[in-house]
Amino acid sequence: MPEPLIFEVSRKGRQGVSLPACDVPETPIPSHLCRSELSLPEVSEMDVVRHYVRLSQLNYAVDTGFYPLGSCTMKYNPKANDAAARLPGFAALHPLQDPSTSQGALAVMHSLQEMIAEIGGFYAVSLQPSAGAHGELTGILILRKYHADRGQTGRTRILVPDSAHGTNPASTAMAGLEAVEIPSDKRGNIDISCLKANLDDRVAGLMLTNPNTLGLFEENLLEVTRLVHAAGGLVYGDGANFNAILGMARPGDMGIDVMHFNLHKTFSTPHGGGGPGAGAVGVVEELADYLPGPVVAVVSKDAADPRQYDWCMPARSIGRVKSFHGNFGILVRAYVYIRMLGPDGLRAVAENAVLNANYLQARLKGVYPVPHGDRTCMHEFVAQGKLAAAPDIRALDISKRLIDYGFHPPTNYFPLIVPEALMIEPTETESLETLDSFAQALLEIAREAGANPEVLQEAPHSSPVRRLDEVKAARELKVTAG
Amino acid sequence: MSFIPNTDADRAHMLSAIGVASTAELFHDVPKDFRFPRLDLPAALSEHEVLGQLDALSRLNAQGPQTPSFLGAGAYNHFIPAVVDAMVSRSEFATAYTPYQPEVSQGTLQAIFEYQSMIARLTGMEISNASHYDGATSTAEAVIMALNVAQREKKRVLLSAGVHPQYRAVVRTYTQGMGLTVTGDESTSIGFDQLGDLCDESTACVVVQYPDFLGRVAEPAQLSGLAKRVHACGALLVVVANPVALGLLVPPGEMGADVVAGEGQALGNHLSFGGPYLGFFAFRRDHIRKSSGRIAGETVDQDGRRSYVFTLSTREQHIRREKATSNICTNQSLNALTAAVYLTALGPRGLRRVAELCWHKAHYLASRVGSLSGYSVTKGEFFHEFAVRCPRPVSRINARLFEKHGIVGGYDLGADYPELRDAMLLCCTEVTTKEQIDRLVAALEDCRNA
Repeated sequence: MPEPLIFEVSRKGRQGVSLPACDVPETPIPSHLCRSELSLPEVSEMDVVRHYVRLSQLNYAVDTGFYPLGSCTMKYNPKANDAAARLPGFAALHPLQDPSTSQGALAVMHSLQEMIAEIGGFYAVSLQPSAGAHGELTGILILRKYHADRGQTGRTRILVPDSAHGTNPASTAMAGLEAVEIPSDKRGNIDISCLKANLDDRVAGLMLTNPNTLGLFEENLLEVTRLVHAAGGLVYGDGANFNAILGMARPGDMGIDVMHFNLHKTFSTPHGGGGPGAGAVGVVEELADYLPGPVVAVVSKDAADPRQYDWCMPARSIGRVKSFHGNFGILVRAYVYIRMLGPDGLRAVAENAVLNANYLQARLKGVYPVPHGDRTCMHEFVAQGKLAAAPDIRALDISKRLIDYGFHPPTNYFPLIVPEALMIEPTETESLETLDSFAQALLEIAREAGANPEVLQEAPHSSPVRRLDEVKAARELKVTAG
Repeated sequence: MSFIPNTDADRAHMLSAIGVASTAELFHDVPKDFRFPRLDLPAALSEHEVLGQLDALSRLNAQGPQTPSFLGAGAYNHFIPAVVDAMVSRSEFATAYTPYQPEVSQGTLQAIFEYQSMIARLTGMEISNASHYDGATSTAEAVIMALNVAQREKKRVLLSAGVHPQYRAVVRTYTQGMGLTVTGDESTSIGFDQLGDLCDESTACVVVQYPDFLGRVAEPAQLSGLAKRVHACGALLVVVANPVALGLLVPPGEMGADVVAGEGQALGNHLSFGGPYLGFFAFRRDHIRKSSGRIAGETVDQDGRRSYVFTLSTREQHIRREKATSNICTNQSLNALTAAVYLTALGPRGLRRVAELCWHKAHYLASRVGSLSGYSVTKGEFFHEFAVRCPRPVSRINARLFEKHGIVGGYDLGADYPELRDAMLLCCTEVTTKEQIDRLVAALEDCRNA
């Protein structure tokens, strides 16, 4: 049964919530300031509950099943994270209160800044950016301003590998710089000769996702960062895949100058159906003054004092990138996660995420092509939805058929450099039994593809709705209820 | 705690299937000298210990019914019906990803479609996107959309000083690489008439706020007049609005706005020390291809059933890369859902009643404070916030309000507006009680003399 729109359930005169009587003398509201009508749903509280509970049941989620969506890190989100964020002393706290009356919140933020700096090998961290792409824009604006302060205004180009997320070139353009694409070599690394050919005094920096979107660690990382620095450029690290090397290596030690961390991926905060996230940015010492602010600083008068915290705007800051102080509710969740895991637990995250991915790669690579299957993958790998026995079957068909087997599909058609890509990221929180049943499903689908391709091309069969007419959506553009 | 189910036996089985002897071998591509660093982090704690520590830290923050607060300035303390958190905390919403696979994401997609419909109706606009990060970034995206509408040929942006100071700062941060002139907000004395005078053929947009940062409500005729002058220059009028106020006031869409952006926190989202919130973003249909952010649209599935999917993705970064209208990837989906559940639970009469209560309480406070000697309330219509000139520095008054009276006072306007030195911005909402207001008034009287 499709769920009606809430507007269709609405009946004039119904109301869900009662409000208190006015306890002060009323002041007339001039009628010419008032609107004449407002058409919002009018429903009872039970209507609200049934509608949204039913809608929720149409969703697939990490809490309902395996969600191997490559590059998105759909790991389990510990419930303690949410419990902490809901504490009234955090949830009901106004962001503009005097710091002296919000020391607990500032203490959490300061501690998180320090822990992320330590984990990433950076000198300083700003928690202000709201998401990965927001962190990228922040990082590129930092690079731009750093060069401008040194009179290097001719450095207007950002080198972006062809395996990068689309946000990298988009963030570059938004910062007013030009993205120049660098191809990958046969082993999935940056093509070093092409990199060298583009490194001149027009280059502001390189944006590097490492491990990259093929799930591969850049084998020439130290050479790459050395070359960019030698040419006067800086290296931006896209931390979308940092969960693969958590506790195993620190980007700041290996020549990355600025990097964002997706707290909603690596540090287990729930994705919320597409946000909210948080995109903390870490930098080396030379860039610390450029961070967006305010950041939290210790202002105790001497060591004997109890710690006191205050806001601080870095001296050469690019400015604010958001109102207030960042997505605090997400920051609390990440803090809880890091404190529960500790240094050994964080390392175990990367160890098991990489182990699980390599295991799945080993189980599938005889049946599905894996272009870089000769290499050890990191937290994810990219297979291809191309089956010799079923030439008409595409990655999309395989993805949709997985839904019938009770799994969320992998990321498909990304990265763009792999035709018919199926990008699979199991994460460390899945068990061997789940991985085996997922592998079994994919092997079974490969058999079906040869014997009965229609069952794939018509899939999914068991979902709340079947394949959608996306062309109609774009042509008719009905984006609000009538 | 680790949340990792693999046992030693599982690991041995998997390593043998992979054909390596240890998990360490899987990291051989990491440069040897930097592999396996020692992290100087505190040791792991149990859930019980971490939550105990955070509970103690949270208690260092002053808030709650015993500490009445008159702070607003862009983040508002409204009552949140229990049904809102109950719906939003459902795992099926909270632990899903962006709905890339619409067949198994209809819950999120339909909820966004309904959210878009409610925001369009509330603002009086034709289209709403699925949300931006917050009010500030939504305002910056509105400016960038106006630049795109002008094919990037117009390099001038006018901001009213009545726009939230932090939003204006974020507009400047976002656009610092675009070679623009951003002006108009040098003083609160630059009103709509002067903004109209400043608007010219090179101006991409004019941004005003309604009610403005100082709480003032513009006359509809004035705003309509500004819209006409802005349009005569070929520019867009961006109105930053408070969505709760729009439960009562004439919507910007009826006064000629081209984009209505703003902070959606007040719609059922917790204060949460400043985030996560949501930036709502509504606009006229003409500009849909220049707009940023995700948009859910209606379609049918192969059996003809009505269903929903993200549409117009050819504007977006994952397709268009450097030619995209913005770099934004996610929206603030769960916060947008929160706003939708809140609006559904309240309905049009409930939202209007919230807005009326805000109005009455703030006006009662204003009349009481205005009668105190030494304090003067600025003139003109306002919604639920207003500026008060104080007899002593605001920081000193606020310190005494908190220390002696247990009250969190108003926002100190001096840092953002030199001409409003010694003025504070006071806010009431429907949760503010007469008893709290009377307490504040008595305390302000005490602060004058102390």
